[in-house]
Amino acid sequence: MRTVAPVIARRNDEASGALIGYLPVGFPTFDESIEAAVAIVENGVDVLELGLPYSDPVMDGTVIQAATQQALAGGFRLADGFEAVRRITARVDAPVLIMTYWNPVVQYGVDRFADDLAAAGGAGLITPDLIPDEAADWIAASERTGLDRVFLAAPTSSDARLRLAVESSRGFVYTVSTMGITGARSDVDGAARTLVARLAEAGSPASCVGLGISTAAQVAEVLEYADGAIVGSALVKALAEGGVAAVGELAAELARGARRE
Amino acid sequence: MALRAQTGPYFGDFGGRFVPESLVAALDQLGEAYDLAKLDPAFGAELAELGRSYTGRPSIITEVPRFASHAAGARIILKREDLNHTGSHKINNVLGQALLTKRIGKSRVIAETGAGQHGVATATAAALFGLECTVYMGEVDTERQALNVARMRLLGAEVVPVKAGSRTLKDAINEAMRDWVTNVATTNYIFGTVAGPHPFPEMVRDFQKVIGEEARAQVLELTGALPTVVAACVGGGSNAIGIFHAFLDDAEVGLYGFEAGGEGVDTERHAATITKGRPGVLHGARSYLLQDDDGQTIESHSISAGLDYPGVGPEHSWLAAIGRAEYRPVTDAAAMQALRLLTRTEGIIPAIESAHALAGAIELGRELGPDSTILVNLSGRGDKDMDTAATYFGLYDQEAGE
Repeated sequence: MRTVAPVIARRNDEASGALIGYLPVGFPTFDESIEAAVAIVENGVDVLELGLPYSDPVMDGTVIQAATQQALAGGFRLADGFEAVRRITARVDAPVLIMTYWNPVVQYGVDRFADDLAAAGGAGLITPDLIPDEAADWIAASERTGLDRVFLAAPTSSDARLRLAVESSRGFVYTVSTMGITGARSDVDGAARTLVARLAEAGSPASCVGLGISTAAQVAEVLEYADGAIVGSALVKALAEGGVAAVGELAAELARGARRE
Repeated sequence: MALRAQTGPYFGDFGGRFVPESLVAALDQLGEAYDLAKLDPAFGAELAELGRSYTGRPSIITEVPRFASHAAGARIILKREDLNHTGSHKINNVLGQALLTKRIGKSRVIAETGAGQHGVATATAAALFGLECTVYMGEVDTERQALNVARMRLLGAEVVPVKAGSRTLKDAINEAMRDWVTNVATTNYIFGTVAGPHPFPEMVRDFQKVIGEEARAQVLELTGALPTVVAACVGGGSNAIGIFHAFLDDAEVGLYGFEAGGEGVDTERHAATITKGRPGVLHGARSYLLQDDDGQTIESHSISAGLDYPGVGPEHSWLAAIGRAEYRPVTDAAAMQALRLLTRTEGIIPAIESAHALAGAIELGRELGPDSTILVNLSGRGDKDMDTAATYFGLYDQEAGE
């Protein structure tokens, strides 16, 4: 099974850290979403975060909302997520995490979802609206299947909650850079640096920072203190405006930010 | 354990906190502040005084014999939450949460609203307490409830029309949660119903349970007995839980929640969540939910903006699961006929939401007969619905009369 921890460790040895790229399945079409995902890996993204479109994405800003609504209107079905993982992992070596809100997993069946994701070659799940306190079923299913599980840590999380996130996560802890939702920001909040340090004190083996990162300079800045930088809305915007070629170019540019000086 | 003693975060298999980690600290802070306030006599006294001198509590009960003659002669008694300041039961909850906002030292409140009643109540409390206020409202609802949009703006609130998704209440909640995640340091989310993550279902219920406590005593005084049944409309379910709660351990009293049946529960256009949904996770809690096979939320429909919601509070899901309360659908058409009937027979114009409970009461009266007593929560008044009613019944001059 391709899990993310070895990739993040390797990229911290040979570069300044890992570049993690988010794209939603089914946007702008199913086939183009596969091509776009392959293109960003071929241009330097180390770990893929593949989003499953959902009707009520409370953690997402306007760019990702618009893309995932278009994917739903275009007929996205949950089974397309597994098919996307199969096709992408057949073509590139990067581990593929699924980013999904929790209700689709509950309706599919937590164990069945874990089995099908593992069978498709997926690495695990990022769960933006599932906190470890409510995750007993998923923790059991991921232990059984060996899938990674990425929980979130926020600047407002108490020390006890950071320890819970660290103990419950496998792969990395998704370090929320700022209080807010997904979307490009001109400055990555200084809160991210503090939070990564707090997570290290809580014993986190790997902390990757997301929310608001959109440029190579921001990637470089974040990788000074974090193990990985997560870019989402900027890639989705590039795909929406310029297609597969444009998103590949942006990935190559972002990857330059992950090179060791 | 008494059913009334049930607290969050779980009501049987329902409830919980399915939220982004960023909100957990705020929910913990709110829950802790509420737990302290519950034990503080000064908080209870301040809220009771606001109820008395601002809202107009206790609200009266009104027996409606001319209306009841259409329900096989059952005694029908209305709990008049429509007479509250701001026109509905929503103010009961908002005043409690606004007092809590002051206690936790936040200066801004946000709210979601469907029909606009919760938004108006929140804007009112914000004006009363000097808080900054932003209300999220689906664009579809800002159009069908334009009067309430104007009321909120006059009260000094910013009203944000939400253009995402189905552009109704569920999307307004999504947008309010996004705002809260971003501005949680300064902002308290005054949630309008008994859904959402813990502590909202328990806290909002506690602020609304005054309805049933008053009504139980008032009906006993009027009739010498408890009512046979209690009826209320259910969207998220705050007015229903408010009137049910005092009766939960009176096993002989039947509890009936009436969901929005829209154009019929065998069509795709309804909001009958418990009748037609199945358990899932939406807006921070596990509860019944209208959803497709993939767990995507299905857009609901109701002529009443306040019931146009594909979810329902977890305590209702629990009461349905254990059989303590029964939930039935009422169509748009039946609700509108009941609205006109109460207006013509009693001179009381109900909100379209509350008209669903009235239609349910007629149905219950015909089943239970003239020896029964039906307590109905008249949760709001119909002023806000005049445009919808005038269009529906053809009351404008340029349109053909019915």
